[in-house]
Amino acid sequence: MNRVNAHRRDLVWQNIAIATPYLWLLLFFLVPFAIILKISLADPVIAQPPFTPAFDDAGRLDLTFDSFTFLLTDKLYAITYLRSVVMAVIATLLCLAIGFPMAYGIARAREEVRGLLLLLIVLPFWISFLLRVYAWMGLMNNHGAINNVLLALGIIDAPLQLMYTDFAVFVGLTYSYLPFMILPLYATLERMDPDLVEAAQDLGASSTRAFWDITWPLARPGVIAGCLLVFIPAIGEYVIPYLLGGPDSLLIGRVLFDEFFANRDWPLASAVAVVLLLLLVVPIVFLQRNQARDEEGAA
Amino acid sequence: MAANGENPANGRPIEDGFIRIRNVTKCFGDFTAVDDVSLDIGKGELFSILGGSGCGKSTLLRMLAGFEVPTAGSIEIDGQDVTALPPYERPVNMMFQSYALFPHMTVEKNIAYGLVKDGAAKSVIAARVDEMLSLVQLGDFRKRKPAQLSGGQRQRVALARALIKKPKVLLLDEPLAALDKKLREHTQFELTGIQYETGITFVVVTHDQEEAMTLSNRIAVMNKGRFHQVGTPKEVYEFPQSRFVAEFIGTINTFKGRVTAVEEERVVVACEAAGCDLVALGRHLLGVGDEVEIAVRPEKIFVSKEEPPDDGGVRLQGVVDDLGYLGNRSLYRVKLPGGKVVQVSSQNRRRSVTRFLEWQDRVWITWQPLSAVVLVD
Amino acid sequence: MKKSGRFSLTMLAFGYAFLYVPLVLVVVYSFNDSRIATIWGGFSTRWYGELLRNDQVLDAAWLSLRIAATSATLATILGTMAGLALARFGRFRGRTLFSGMITSPMVMPEVITGLSLLLLFVSLQQLTGWPGQRGFSTITIAHTTFSMAYVAVIVRSRLAAMDESLEEAAMDLGGRPLRVVFDITLPLIAPAMTAGWLLAFTLSLDDLVIASFVSGPGSSTLPMYIFSKVKLGVSPDINALATLIIAFVSVGVLAAWLATRRRA
Repeated sequence: MNRVNAHRRDLVWQNIAIATPYLWLLLFFLVPFAIILKISLADPVIAQPPFTPAFDDAGRLDLTFDSFTFLLTDKLYAITYLRSVVMAVIATLLCLAIGFPMAYGIARAREEVRGLLLLLIVLPFWISFLLRVYAWMGLMNNHGAINNVLLALGIIDAPLQLMYTDFAVFVGLTYSYLPFMILPLYATLERMDPDLVEAAQDLGASSTRAFWDITWPLARPGVIAGCLLVFIPAIGEYVIPYLLGGPDSLLIGRVLFDEFFANRDWPLASAVAVVLLLLLVVPIVFLQRNQARDEEGAA
Repeated sequence: MAANGENPANGRPIEDGFIRIRNVTKCFGDFTAVDDVSLDIGKGELFSILGGSGCGKSTLLRMLAGFEVPTAGSIEIDGQDVTALPPYERPVNMMFQSYALFPHMTVEKNIAYGLVKDGAAKSVIAARVDEMLSLVQLGDFRKRKPAQLSGGQRQRVALARALIKKPKVLLLDEPLAALDKKLREHTQFELTGIQYETGITFVVVTHDQEEAMTLSNRIAVMNKGRFHQVGTPKEVYEFPQSRFVAEFIGTINTFKGRVTAVEEERVVVACEAAGCDLVALGRHLLGVGDEVEIAVRPEKIFVSKEEPPDDGGVRLQGVVDDLGYLGNRSLYRVKLPGGKVVQVSSQNRRRSVTRFLEWQDRVWITWQPLSAVVLVD
Repeated sequence: MKKSGRFSLTMLAFGYAFLYVPLVLVVVYSFNDSRIATIWGGFSTRWYGELLRNDQVLDAAWLSLRIAATSATLATILGTMAGLALARFGRFRGRTLFSGMITSPMVMPEVITGLSLLLLFVSLQQLTGWPGQRGFSTITIAHTTFSMAYVAVIVRSRLAAMDESLEEAAMDLGGRPLRVVFDITLPLIAPAMTAGWLLAFTLSLDDLVIASFVSGPGSSTLPMYIFSKVKLGVSPDINALATLIIAFVSVGVLAAWLATRRRA
């Protein structure tokens, strides 16, 4: 009898262990989204808080799609979303182009140095993100290191305008998100049997052919994971375009920030967030599926 | 040696020098993996390179496949110098120890891969794939992925994939190592059967002496980047030329001693551990006073309780120190008066529940001079 | 073979240079005497002195450290519970939603997380009067929410890799489930929990966007302070601050790496 009670008490504890993080996430993760959705359907007013309540004084539901209609009719927003997607795609491809050979090189390096090489990939990740972006400000400045070196070498006569351009934003995005690309790529490439490539070569495939026939398809889970891990945060990025991009290079993260803080149009900012979220639902679900499949495959 | 005669494995005549390895050396930094090695392998041979891990056998195989380029020396296959040819241009295919089956392709696609890369016609590929699938008896599994196959089935897919291009030479890296014991015995016979059917020259690399003995018609025993002996399994087992070969293949008893007399085909060696002179067949140029070792296989030694007749063989007395019953035979460790322990293996010809010998029994051990060999180095 | 080896070596060298040259330059320029941060004016450590006399920096750093330590601890507790629930407690009602909510904060764009939490706090304040002032508590809650996801994932994958028969053996020997969790499971996942805590700590120290949303007037974290300075351009005392952080992190990470390597 005592044992049964003890067992029941254990189950209570087990339920507490599930319920605590569950409730926390419901309150601080799921409910906020409901609130965003609600406010995106409100009208902005000059008040505190600056939006109309969901129910008017008479208790009737008072929702409006004005913010969404505005988003869809004003071309500026469509262009900004599109620009954000294009910038994120290009940054993702740049990360892939640099990250794949690096991940491959690390995966094929001698075992003693592999740990150190990986550590050096992760190390910048532990150093403040903001300061890493800041480092490029000094580098790309008109009087910065890159221009100084190019001028000294006589390659250019006048400083190049690097800062406050899309180029600078690409550099910043690639630099900041490169580890997110390399780590999942490394994980799949390291698991791959190097004999496979040799077997393909032995059967008549050149090194290039063997890469496309064997390495690339087998690395695909890593490529997908890496690309999504770069693409998803890059699309809503605020700091990098703010610090490195030009004043007219509008990206959606910055628009949301400004709409909220500068214009104090909370319903519109919420609507921007809802649309961004809808845009990201597909890649996020895809990423989680990919990861679940990869875990099953590895097990 | 057998290379000039008939291939004992399949009875076909062997053309000499189909593969010519000439003074091949391979260094990795300071480390010399293969050290000035020369070897001829005949057409249609089933040849094994046998050695422990790190002896250089895999490096030699990888040089034959084209994954490594020799630091010095040359390799010819069927009259063509392939020393610097990349792997995809060689008339050679390889079966990997890990099998290296492409996990994202079906059995069919795996097997077809080599022909597809050669740009063969679709109908040709389909016909050859069918042929290969029936050769390895995997017709029912053609649409499966490697992960859905058993170990033995994977091994056969790897074999079929390596054979589809009808290579002049098939290289097999530890072909049976990943299989369990029962399957290994079965597969050994399958491999020799397939080699007989296709007539392709097989070069096998293995660390398992039993595998080398049963599979091949010739064996090269390798250690520290060099060949110690090349010969038929019988030659290598019965007439080992060095202590390494003698000890690597099977078990052997050795007695240190000094040559006291050299006769026509025999040498007499004074041996302290044995407490008497030992006589053995000498195939070396030896002189009186040379330090040598006499080696005798355990199954060449007879053990008995009664004193055996003196027929010119070696007769020693000792005590049974340890014994083990293995079913078909028994193993005895007999301690000589000087402390030296001799291993004896004896067939259990009669059925009996009582033991023929017990611990601490005083016994005689004897062998014929012909059964012993002299080892130098 | 040779060629591809050289290619990947070149790419590795290029990649590591790309990652580290900017950081090295920041360190070098932090010792620059000149006020104009991009022109070399001789060696000096004056900016370090100025940094340490700057109360705003010290206050912001102290606030950031307090938030990071609190939120990392909370995140480790909640994340470990969540990881255990997902890896060991079998099926329970709402499991799919739960595992979705665990992984989503990791990939959610910061602006959305920040905005949604701020709107929650504002609504809560309207309804309950709490939080009266946004600052330490609201930032801590926000950081806990997104970093507990990382802890949960680390703990969960450690548990997935771990042999369940260890726990079964303990139960077979008479340990009740709860005792087994404390006697066997927690000690075994302690390294994962430590890694999770450190990650949560770093993520909290690193965050600018979410903190900007959920903090109130008068409470700015270190990244918020840095951002407000950096907006105006390169500044020498930020170089000095960056150097201190780089040095601290590098030494810490390298020491941890050497320690784990020696043990292995």
